[in-house]
Amino acid sequence: MNDVNFYGAGFPYRPLNDVPGKLIVLEGTDAVGRSTQVQLLRRWLEAEGYAVSDTGLRRGQLCGPGLDVARQGHTMGPRTLSLFYATDFSDRLENQIIPALKAGFVVLSDRYFYSIIARDVVRGADPTWARNVYGFALVPDLIMYLRADVPTLISRIVHGRGFNYWEAGMDIRCADNLYDSFCVYQSKLVEQFDRMADEFGFMTIDATRPVNAVNEDLRRNIMALFQKEKV
Amino acid sequence: MLRPGSYKGKLIVVEGIDGSGKSTQIDLLHKYIQAQGKSVYFTEWNSSELVRSTTRLGKQEKMFTPTTFSLLQATDFSDRWENYMLPMLRAGVIVLADRYAFTAFARDVARGVDRGWVRNLYSFATQPDLAFYFQVPLDTAVERITGARAKIKYYEAGMDLGLSDNKITSFRLFQQRIINEYENMVDEFGLTIMDGTLPVLDLQKKMRAIVKKALRGWEGLPIPSVATRRSPRRPAQVIPEVVEGEKV
Repeated sequence: MNDVNFYGAGFPYRPLNDVPGKLIVLEGTDAVGRSTQVQLLRRWLEAEGYAVSDTGLRRGQLCGPGLDVARQGHTMGPRTLSLFYATDFSDRLENQIIPALKAGFVVLSDRYFYSIIARDVVRGADPTWARNVYGFALVPDLIMYLRADVPTLISRIVHGRGFNYWEAGMDIRCADNLYDSFCVYQSKLVEQFDRMADEFGFMTIDATRPVNAVNEDLRRNIMALFQKEKV
Repeated sequence: MLRPGSYKGKLIVVEGIDGSGKSTQIDLLHKYIQAQGKSVYFTEWNSSELVRSTTRLGKQEKMFTPTTFSLLQATDFSDRWENYMLPMLRAGVIVLADRYAFTAFARDVARGVDRGWVRNLYSFATQPDLAFYFQVPLDTAVERITGARAKIKYYEAGMDLGLSDNKITSFRLFQQRIINEYENMVDEFGLTIMDGTLPVLDLQKKMRAIVKKALRGWEGLPIPSVATRRSPRRPAQVIPEVVEGEKV
């Protein structure tokens, strides 16, 4: 059993003492290879006999559809966007993640609230305000930060899904074209993640390497977490 | 107190439990200010287009938890704040709000979220120039609500809290908790107490007197038709109401 810790007040109306599952978070900027790694980890963990549940931003039942529509319109102010994401995050935490942890699942979270506050702060949010919004969030068992420099991200984007409005930070117009805006925006995000690494105890993984090499590192950290539990 | 605002406009809000009479009063106040030829903008709780479909989904499917309910309403408020309330205040308009952050501080805490946490959520909002709190005994409110409306809604009755299977009983227990939170906020936020049991007309007279005093010597944004023609044949045109929406 795991002691449960929250960053702030948690959910006072729903006390939670300990859970048998593990919450493992993969963080990092866009195009860093998180979802590929989540898929590989899921396959590996299931082969090892663990029940796995995965989750990611905007996948909640309550806000998923509304957020997708809102993102088409581009009329949302940065704070409003931030709070809408927080609503989705809380929905998934209370209705997916915590129940899965209670049932003993390993929950693989593709991003956590760190991504959201990185984006908020780049858009001018007060860093303390943004952190306090997530006072209800569970402290994960393991946070692995996939770190890659902007040139690596660019080559992944070009050979992957292509540049898009939000990933280039065009809502705040970091530059007058998608490419330059992407470079400026993503380097600001990397800067925010680097700052949070110490604050939140991220395990930093060099994600400029091939997929398999990165995956080995991730597995090693997860195994170490499971070992620690057995002692 | 919330942080002080730095803008030309005036922010006037009404608060109180369901059935306290606040919406009737602010509507009359709205008409009074319009008749005075001042620029005024009215906004109400939970009326942003942006989150409307999500709110509807959450209510229909009973998907809300106290935290998601609180966060979604903060999203709604933030959207109205960024796009309407703050720009209007900066332009020198009188902004009238039927419910403000204090509603969240009362209701969300009554639902069980942390007091400090919900105050942080709304810390971007400013302290209103006037915040009227319509104080009524629970029985009066219940009588008004059950008499006038077809039925009390699920979340309005706090049915999500599992306080009672009976809607009226649940409503009473939930509203009492909300009253307790409001009472504690009177000093914290300098709310102006209005006796909600008084006749509508008496209450409106009191309210207008307080507003008149607060606006004395203040010049807001002039209305083009009034400023140029000065012939009040037609009632002064005001800024169109942009958002109208379903209330909680």
